[in-house]
Formats: sequence, structure tokens, C-alpha cells
Amino acid sequence: MAGVTATLGLGAVILSFLGASPLEAYRLIVTGAAGSPERIAYALTAWAPILLCSAGLLLTFAAGVWNIGIEGQVILGAICATGTLRALEHGAQGWVGVMLAGLAALLGGGGWGVLAGALRAYGNVNEIFGGLGLNFIAGSLTVYLVLGPWARTGIASTSGTLPFGDALWLPAIRIPPFVVPAEVIVGLVAVALVSGTLGGARFGLRLKAIGKSARAAYIRGVPITREMLWAFATCGGLGGLAGFVLVTGAYSRHQLFPLISGGYGFLAILVVLLAGHHAGMGILVSAFFAAVSTGSLQLPLQMQLDSSMGGIIEGMLVLVVLMLRGLLSRLAGARR
Amino acid sequence: MHVELKDIHKSFGPVRANDGISLVAEAGTIRGLLGENGAGKSTLMKILSGFSRPDGGQILLDGAPVSVTSPAEAIRLGIGMLHQDPLDFPRLLVLDNFLLGSPGRWIADRRRARDTLSALAGRFAFTLDPDSTCASLTVGERQQLEIVRLLWLGARVLILDEPTSAISAPQRITLFAALRAMAEEGKVVFFVSHKLEEVQSLCDTVTVLRRGRVAGELSMPYATGRLVELMFGRDPQRAPRARVTPGVPALELAGVTLSDARLTVADLSFQVCAGEVVGLAGLEGSGQHQFLQACAGLVRPAAGRVRVAGHDMTGRPFREFLAAKVAYVPAGRLGEGLIPGLTITEHVALADRRRAVFVDRRAAAQSAAQRIREFGIRGTPRTTVEELSGGNQQRTLLALLPNDLAALLVEHPTRGLDVESAEYVWGRLLERRARGTGIVFASSDLDELLDRSDRILVFFTGRVAGPLDARRTSVEQLGELIGGAGF
Repeated sequence: MAGVTATLGLGAVILSFLGASPLEAYRLIVTGAAGSPERIAYALTAWAPILLCSAGLLLTFAAGVWNIGIEGQVILGAICATGTLRALEHGAQGWVGVMLAGLAALLGGGGWGVLAGALRAYGNVNEIFGGLGLNFIAGSLTVYLVLGPWARTGIASTSGTLPFGDALWLPAIRIPPFVVPAEVIVGLVAVALVSGTLGGARFGLRLKAIGKSARAAYIRGVPITREMLWAFATCGGLGGLAGFVLVTGAYSRHQLFPLISGGYGFLAILVVLLAGHHAGMGILVSAFFAAVSTGSLQLPLQMQLDSSMGGIIEGMLVLVVLMLRGLLSRLAGARR
Repeated sequence: MHVELKDIHKSFGPVRANDGISLVAEAGTIRGLLGENGAGKSTLMKILSGFSRPDGGQILLDGAPVSVTSPAEAIRLGIGMLHQDPLDFPRLLVLDNFLLGSPGRWIADRRRARDTLSALAGRFAFTLDPDSTCASLTVGERQQLEIVRLLWLGARVLILDEPTSAISAPQRITLFAALRAMAEEGKVVFFVSHKLEEVQSLCDTVTVLRRGRVAGELSMPYATGRLVELMFGRDPQRAPRARVTPGVPALELAGVTLSDARLTVADLSFQVCAGEVVGLAGLEGSGQHQFLQACAGLVRPAAGRVRVAGHDMTGRPFREFLAAKVAYVPAGRLGEGLIPGLTITEHVALADRRRAVFVDRRAAAQSAAQRIREFGIRGTPRTTVEELSGGNQQRTLLALLPNDLAALLVEHPTRGLDVESAEYVWGRLLERRARGTGIVFASSDLDELLDRSDRILVFFTGRVAGPLDARRTSVEQLGELIGGAGF
């Protein structure tokens, strides 16, 4: 809470420096995220992929690794979902195609995650560097697909593949006057499942043990390589599902396009950094990030400010909270 | 220069590494600092050389109190320290390493430095090529480089921390000659070692440290027996003990060679039988750790065979050793033995080998509570292990061991424990031995080794003597072997 206050204060300083009224800017962000049922629906649409990625990252975080490759895993999920939908578009019933696309995304993202994990386990490549490399490869793959095999006929543009018809969209639940995209439910269920895994499953306990001390866990007989690969697989799978909802969500673009991951994976890393092991906290922080991200889109329209102000606020929140934590632990140390 | 340390105190948590140490070293002398691992030698020298600050006490150079706040300040005062592992930059050239740390210059005068380096090296018969990289040098040569660098920076007090642990015999002769030459030039040399023979042949005076205090000071010529006695102390009380007839071999090594960056243990054959206790003696880092890890299946021997209860287990993964009922209790109770941040219940749950998706919290908590009662652990099932005291951590480690074991490998079973806890730990270990477990333990406590073992292996820089019959060995004999006499 102190972190949020300090961040808003610092943000206000920056905004005043830019000659803008901080209060007006914050009002726009709030109304931009929650000003109308439609805007709320957009904010919820942004929330779902962050939730899914955060759920996955809670696992790898518990195991003490930084799955920076989450962005690539999101992209792979989007690619696999798109590929499946293209193949089934005219063959199967809509909902069957969507379910299969979700499964393909889960497997594709999971596979990409296992790759990062295997590079670490067997190739001695730090998961941060391996993940970054795999992110680049996944990003380039989308460009290739969008310009090459999956290009729209007669158009050579990176704007994206041919959008899918609405039979292949995820449903939205109408609770007048609100509209809730179905993927939000998927995201919340994922966080709940991961939270349960970390709290009560043997897999979760083993991951925690590995995260606290891989050496001791090994000597105590925990199969650390296997569990670590499963953590990467599950995290990548959930990232892949995020890619799937980015393609099929009711308010998404219903196509594959370069940079489809949109930084949601990186944002989720920040969420987990702030939330630590607390799934509930992760839900709150990711909702805040989703709201700021969508709300700040109003800034350029109304105030001639760039929408990157949202990113500045998010980044500052992370830095301020981490700094406060550091200061507190230093104070605690000094008192001892 | 005349160096005086007055009443130096330094604690790390509850451990008093230096507990009121005073000593005086005159110019032109070589002062030996002798003691076991953990006696406080390195701590004292790190304080003198500015790497750590004392909690209390004074350092006087030529009678004037000084405050050594950093290694840079130390070298400005004329104090230079050569660390156990040379602190150099392997990828840089010898000349660049020589230039590093030279004060107050933006542009290094490479030509002059090259001349100085050659001149200094020549004076002590060191062979250093300024244009090769540090990585291509042997440890001995890297030491030589560090010595000339410190001298060039104006060191008049030179501290060497275990300098001979990784260098060849000819290099040692060169080093000792150089140290004598430096003493003749009026420098003060501090020589930290736990090797009796080296200290005896090199040092004018020896200060023996034990448990953070000065146990005594001796001058040349030395009586070995007296040095050993000062180093280890002595306790003539030998407890009576039950005779156990050893059974079939529980764990065997045949012609095993172990090799890592620092040390090689070559061609070792050994077996521990069911119901037998074998002690591993030796100063820390002499090979016992590698030996136990090889027995546990944590490191793979470079050559030779490992057999558990008659089955060849050479090169098998660690989990198969666990399945073959070999257990290892490491020296690092937290971070190796126990997982910091997890509770006792979670440790119990982790050890559960059933195939189930969910943790049975209630069963684990009940089992934890029962073990806590049985082993007298001061804690609750929900206590995280880092909140436990050292003795209670050791009890927890024992409580978590499986019931039925072929071989139990323990590092320092009672280190840091009070007498009561130590007795308790051994009571538990001997119970297991009576049930037919073969026990191998490493210890630096001579009395523990002699009292508890049936046979003792002595390690000295990777070489192994013995096995000795513990009943027919005296503290003096064991102490001399540990110090390297007879190897």
C-alpha cells in the first residue's frame, strides 16, 4: 500500500514535470479502465493473459528460477492455436476447433518451456539467457509465418493473418450491464489451481524445496531435474494458454500478428516479483497492472501524453516496492 | 616493523572466532600460526590485513595504534596478505595482474613495471613471464606473482595463509627460501599453517591457536609432542565401550581414485562392515569430504568400484544409492542437510516415498510430532529448520533418516554441540550400529575419533593412512599423523 502511494506520488512529480495535471491524468487512467462496461471488458481482456502467465510463473518462481522465456512461450501458444484453427476452420464444429486450439497452445507453450528448462538442466545455459534466446526465435517465427506460409492472399504485410470468424471466438459472459470475457474465468481457475498445487500437492512442496535449496533437496532425494522440467513445462503451458486467449478472446484481434505476446509475459514476471508466493496478491497486482495498461491508453487521446505513462507507473511500482522491501530488511538487520 | 595485536575479538553469530588474541612479532622474524581448522588463524590474519574488522582489540605497528579499515588501507600501512586461493584475474596477463591495485595512477607505466617485476622475481629466484596469462600459471607461480606484487606495493608485513596446500615440492623450497630472505631484509612474515613439519622447519616462533584463543607460544627448536598437545588439547578420559562383532561388508570401495580441482585421492580400498564404526581423521580439506561423497554416490569416482551390500553401484545415480539404503548426513546442516525455510513437517512430507498427488499434511504433522518427541527436538512440527539450534538441527537430521540403513555416512556428527547433545547423537548412532548399520564418520575431534571408532583412516592432503585400530592408538599418535608426520 505504501508502495502504491509512493508510486502515485512519484508519478505525479513526473507528470507535473511534463506540464500535465497529475490528477487529471490519474482520473483518465481510472475512467479509461473502468469508465464504462465496455472499457471494463477491455481491461478484463488484458487481465486474462497476465493472470495465466502469473499462474505459471508462480511455479517457476517457487522453484527459484526466472522463466524469462515466458514471452516466447506465449507466442508459441498463439502460433499453435492459430495453426490448429487454420487447419480445422472449415472441418470441425467451432467449439471443437477452439478446444483443440487451446490444447495445442498448452502443449506448444509447454514444449517451448521444456526447451528452456532442458537448456538449463542439460546444457548448463542459465534459464534467463536461454529464455531470451528462445523469445527471439519465437518472435521471428511469427514474422516468418505472417509474411510467409500464413500470409493473407495478395497482401504482404506484417499486420497479421486473416482474422477468424466469430464461430472460433471464445464466448463472453453477459451480466448486464457488464460483459466478462470467458478467458478471465480460465485465468482465475489457473491461479487457483497453481495456488492449490503450491499449498497442498507434493509437486508444489518439492518445487518449494528446490527453490529454497536445490542442493539440500537433491541430497534429501528430490528428483530435481525432473521436477524442474515439469515446472518449466507447466509454466510454459499456461503461457501458451495466454497466447491462445490472445488469439481467440472475444475482444482480441482473432489473428496471429508479430509481437502478439504484447509484453504480457514480462508484465507477469513483475507481478510475481511483487506477489512472491501469494497467489491472492498476484491476482490483485495483475488486476492493477491490467487496469493501468488499458486505462493509460486514454492519455494520448485526451492529454497529448504518451500511453507509455502506464508502463512508467507499473515499472516504478515494482522498483519502489522492491526498494521498500530492501530498506525494511536492512532496518530489521540493523535492529538485530 | 614491529607488529602487535592486542586482545583481538571477533564473533560470527554465536561463534567466537577470535576470543582475546594477543601477540607480538618483531621485525626480521617468521611467525608461525598453527591450529586446527576453525581455530581462528585465518580470521586473525584477515583482521590484520583489513579484510574484516575486529569487534574489539587493537593493532599496533611500531607501537602506534592503527585502524586497518580495508585491504587498500592495509597495503598503505605496509601489510600485505597472500590468500589461500590467490586472488588474481586468470584471463589477464601476468604484467596486468602485477599492475592491478597500484595506487593513484591513471596511466600505468608498463615498461617500468615490467623491469620491476623481473628484478623482484629474479631476487627470489621466481620464474615469471610477464607476457603469459595468469590462467597458464601454476598455483605456485600465481603465489609468486602475488608476493612480488605485494612487495612492490611496499609490504613490510607479509601474511601467507596456508600457502603450501596446492604447490609442488620444488616450489615450496623456493617459497621458503624467499620467505627467509625477506625476513633477513627486516620484514615480518606471518605463516599460517596446520602442517607441523613446515612450521617446525621455517618459523622462528610459533603461536598455537585453539578455539579462538592463544593456546601457547613456542620457539625453535620445537618438540612435536608439545605442539600437538597445544593444537588439540587433551582429554585422558577414555570411556569404556561395548565390543561389537562386525558383520558382512556394508559398503566397499575398491581401488577408488577421486579427483577434483584441489585434490586427488588415489587408489583407495576400504570397507565398512555391518555394525562397525569407522572414523575419518584429518584436517579439513584433506580428502575426507570427497571420500564420503563418493561413498554416498554424490560424486563419481574417476576409477575403481563402489559396492553396497555386495552389489556393484559404481557410477549409479545418487537416488539408487538412497534406494540401496545408504544415507549421508552432510556437514552443512542448513542448505545441505536441511532445507532452510521449510518446516519439520514439510521435511517429513518430502521424505515420503509414496506415489500420491497431494501431501497428507495431517499424517506428516503427526509423524513430525512423534519424531520431535522421540528425539527430544526443541521445536514444533511447524518450526522452520533455520529457527532450530545447531544441536536440534542435528537431532532433526537423525530423526529424518530412514529406519533401516545399510550404511550411514556422517560428517562432523557433533560439531558445535554441547556435551549433552553430543552424547545423545552418539547414543542414537550407536543404536543403529547395534541394529547392523555400518557407520562412517568424519570428525576433527580426536577424542571423538578414538572413543567412537573401531577403526580410523587418517587423511593428509589426499593420502590415506590406516586403518588404525582405535583401541591401540593414542591421541599423540593420531595428532602427529593428522599433522602429516609419517606420510
